[in-house]
Amino acid sequence: MKYSRLIFANLLRKKVRLILTIGSFAVALFLFAFLAVVKDAFGRGADVAGADRLVIINRTSIINTIPLSYRDKILRIPGVKAITHNNWFGGVYKDEKNFFPQFVIDPEAQRKVFPELIVPDDQWNAFLKDRQGAIVGARTAQRFGWKIGDRIPIKTTLYGGGAWEFNLDGIYHGKRPQDDETQFWFQWDYFEEKIPEGVKGQIGWYVLRLDSPDDAVRVAKAIDGEFANSPSETKTQTESAFAANWVKQFGNISFLILSIGVIVFFTLLLVTGNTMAISVRERTSELAVFKAIGYSDRAILFFVLAESLVIALIGGVLGLGLAMLAIPALGKALNGLLPALILAPAVLALGLVVAVAVGIVSGLLPGISAMRMRVVNALRRV
Amino acid sequence: MIRVDNNGSSSALIQVRGVNKTYRRGGENIQVLQGLNLDVDKGDFVAFMGPSGSGKTTLLNLLGGLDVPTSGHISVDGDEITNMSSSKLTQWRARHVGFIFQMYNLIPVLTAFQNVELPLLLTKLSKAQRKQHVETALSVVGLSDRMNHYPRQLSGGQEQRVTIARAVVSDPTFLLCDEPTGDLDRKSATEIMELIEELVAKHGKTVLMVTHDPVVADRAHTTLHLEKGVLVEGGKLPQNAMAGGVA
Repeated sequence: MKYSRLIFANLLRKKVRLILTIGSFAVALFLFAFLAVVKDAFGRGADVAGADRLVIINRTSIINTIPLSYRDKILRIPGVKAITHNNWFGGVYKDEKNFFPQFVIDPEAQRKVFPELIVPDDQWNAFLKDRQGAIVGARTAQRFGWKIGDRIPIKTTLYGGGAWEFNLDGIYHGKRPQDDETQFWFQWDYFEEKIPEGVKGQIGWYVLRLDSPDDAVRVAKAIDGEFANSPSETKTQTESAFAANWVKQFGNISFLILSIGVIVFFTLLLVTGNTMAISVRERTSELAVFKAIGYSDRAILFFVLAESLVIALIGGVLGLGLAMLAIPALGKALNGLLPALILAPAVLALGLVVAVAVGIVSGLLPGISAMRMRVVNALRRV
Repeated sequence: MIRVDNNGSSSALIQVRGVNKTYRRGGENIQVLQGLNLDVDKGDFVAFMGPSGSGKTTLLNLLGGLDVPTSGHISVDGDEITNMSSSKLTQWRARHVGFIFQMYNLIPVLTAFQNVELPLLLTKLSKAQRKQHVETALSVVGLSDRMNHYPRQLSGGQEQRVTIARAVVSDPTFLLCDEPTGDLDRKSATEIMELIEELVAKHGKTVLMVTHDPVVADRAHTTLHLEKGVLVEGGKLPQNAMAGGVA
């Protein structure tokens, strides 16, 4: 384009200012990508939740248990296809910093309820035959360098404490990139055998799979009705509602992230708008010359907008590129405290759209003022 | 042939008829130009002189389509410019007017070549054609060896030569020079005036120039004086201007 040399020459006239403005964009876009990824990670549970799954917890709180004896009664309710039960184990591998979620599972039903978490049949069969067997998600296996056949000690302060030994029989993978691959599963029978007498026969929560997602409300009411007025009343909700409520415990993450994002971009808008306004004001007489020799008002607006857009795009691409490099590293550093930090293409695209929008808006006011400038008055300022 | 007393029809390149210009400043109307008439033929070289505030630059702005008169008409080569919309006037300026400013007004981040090329970017000329035109213009002003220099690397006289090259590169109908030597030493001023004379004599350009310098004005074919918004030839007010201002 014949004007590109002119646009870049103008951009490069104050190199320090250019670098600082591009830097502001890059930092803002990096922050945008990071916040979007964190928000996505927090909301992942709700996003990946199966529409045909219900979670049943103790009505009082999730830390209160429910009798295992409820399982058969629940299975008899029409519309329930399969049910598994889980307990939170709360252990660490060797050291406190090596935390990851461990669940006691019902090996007969787990795969029926979570079909998206794939374990090869030979590994699963080996697991079924091994009371001390364990299945681990691919991310956790990679994190600790575990391979099938490894003997894995997990320390816990619950259930009498001490180190429990497991044999790694299989590694599961999620069908989708957003599936959680950090969990560690082991057998109910082994758990039941080792825990103190007073807590035997108690599970943390049930997860059931429905014949049809349309049955969710009816089945949830039926289950809670079944155990109403019992010592362990239940609260049944869809898996996505359960995940959303879980995230709410940390506060309104979405609102917090959105607020930070809005403030960052508003500040960026002010910074860039001010920079462009100064840049245009410094060039008043030059822009007047352009107009005098025949450049139209629209051409003047185009020059100013093009400059702010180039700044926005370079800064945006730099910030998002930095995010693409830094976020995977950050995910590793977080050691599984959050689900996988995934920088989705949609976030990158949205980031660029936001950068372009800020670029246009920040260039618009100075551009319009340059466009409306009267040549005679501007030349008089020389 | 320049006439300041014609208020009828003529075949002059530039025709100014009954032009008034009034500014409003601090709640007060200030009449800068009063019923101006002027005919300038193709190839004329006119110098406008007069004290500060007499309306010289205002007249130049009106002739260049940078400003519009409060009343009256200006036509150039048959185009009535006083009725043109702002965008039409911009296009008209690109085709018909070459501006030479006192402070050169070059774009500091562009080389001499790129500065001269600016008016041509508005045309449909190819890159090769633009290059040829720019090189020709720079050779006319004697700066073929300074094409890739930035304004800061040029002397004042050289900068003004680049401005002249920029003004003539698109072969405009006429050139407007606002104090073209006002910021130059005597030697450079003489060189610039020789160059402008050459543009008139050799290339048939029509030049209208504002200056405070009588030596510079002497180079023009005709010197017109503006006094209190009234145009007078050779420094004498036309008789009817004394009565009503309109010659």
